[in-house]
Amino acid sequence: MQITVTINGKKYTEDVAPDLVLLDFLRAHGCYSVKRGCETSNCGLCTVHLNGKPVLSCSVLAVRADGKSVTTLEGLQKEAEEFGGFLADEGGEQCGFCSPGFIMNVLAMVRELENPSEQEIQEYLAGNLCRCTGYQSQLRAIQKYLAWKQEGTK
Amino acid sequence: MFTVQQYVKVSSLEEAYTLNQKKSSAVLGGGCWMKMGKRRIGTLIDLSGLGLDTIEETEDSFILGAMVTLRQMETDARLKTTFGSGFADMVRHIVGVQFRNCATLGGSLYSRFGFSDILTWLLALDCDVELAGAGIIPLAQYAATPYDRDVLARVIVHKTSRKAVYESFRNTETDIPVLTCAASSLNGDLRLVIGGRPMRALTVDGLALTKSMETIVEKAQSLPFGSNMRASAQYRRHLAGVLVKRAVLRLREVE
Repeated sequence: MQITVTINGKKYTEDVAPDLVLLDFLRAHGCYSVKRGCETSNCGLCTVHLNGKPVLSCSVLAVRADGKSVTTLEGLQKEAEEFGGFLADEGGEQCGFCSPGFIMNVLAMVRELENPSEQEIQEYLAGNLCRCTGYQSQLRAIQKYLAWKQEGTK
Repeated sequence: MFTVQQYVKVSSLEEAYTLNQKKSSAVLGGGCWMKMGKRRIGTLIDLSGLGLDTIEETEDSFILGAMVTLRQMETDARLKTTFGSGFADMVRHIVGVQFRNCATLGGSLYSRFGFSDILTWLLALDCDVELAGAGIIPLAQYAATPYDRDVLARVIVHKTSRKAVYESFRNTETDIPVLTCAASSLNGDLRLVIGGRPMRALTVDGLALTKSMETIVEKAQSLPFGSNMRASAQYRRHLAGVLVKRAVLRLREVE
């Protein structure tokens, strides 16, 4: 089936198999930040933005992305670098395997929630698993990033 | 992962119904559960072109399309105003936001999972479902029906003065619930719904909200419970008492 998908601002029109998942479609187009993790829709490693909303690309069929816009970490390099700095400062990246999906969901949260509380942050990011950090360093990084952003908008 | 020979984005419910009469066909919801199987699907039917991804409010009801995502129900301000925090409480522990942006109401409800938070909560309200073939039937009837080849199109949640609350328990955050519990009351009549037993949710009607807590808990604990890897029947029965008590106390507060 032929689909047209915009990936990080660039339009692609291609024939795809109906059971191809978006994750494989994106990796075939050089988006290697999108990783295959649990494949049971639980870990959040494969998080991308579909029309601006965070979704699990391992669970969305590529055909469902037809006519839509997909953003991966490669398309949000400036914001990812900004937040990544805070993550590194707090020791929140460790092995780094979960970082792309985690950063994508943090950036989605920042766009969706205004001044989120600690509980709101924890609930929003509950679908991103990290085996290294115990989440405390990541939480500190998010809170410092949000404070820094607020400072910048004053 | 399942395999698909043919994908059809249907242009009408009738087309979906006709295509779904073949045993090898399947209707695609969010795909989150279906992808975990290895089914060989002949025709995969996609309803996403039918405008079923909206929540409409009418004078006496809310009409939720089958393609409405769990996240839409969680964040809809109108549902919150009318039904309190129940819609959000129902889904907030289901994996994460990304998952809830994918999983759909239709996919969850059609599957009638024993562990379904959605089925438990909606059974506590006054709901009908609209099916492409059978038309509009009460949700309670649909919940008890074996799987067939019909296509779930919409859920109609009637506005009544019913008050409802939702409770669930998980061994770990974001896991499938060990037990789900919804309690609602209308004109002093209490309705309890217990799911994750681990069989499909069951409803207990015919109790007064003012009845003693012991009687209410006893009634809930008299339902059949089963064991699986998450908990034993004995533990679930005990948990039912705890969740029912919490739910009824909250309900008495909002009444």
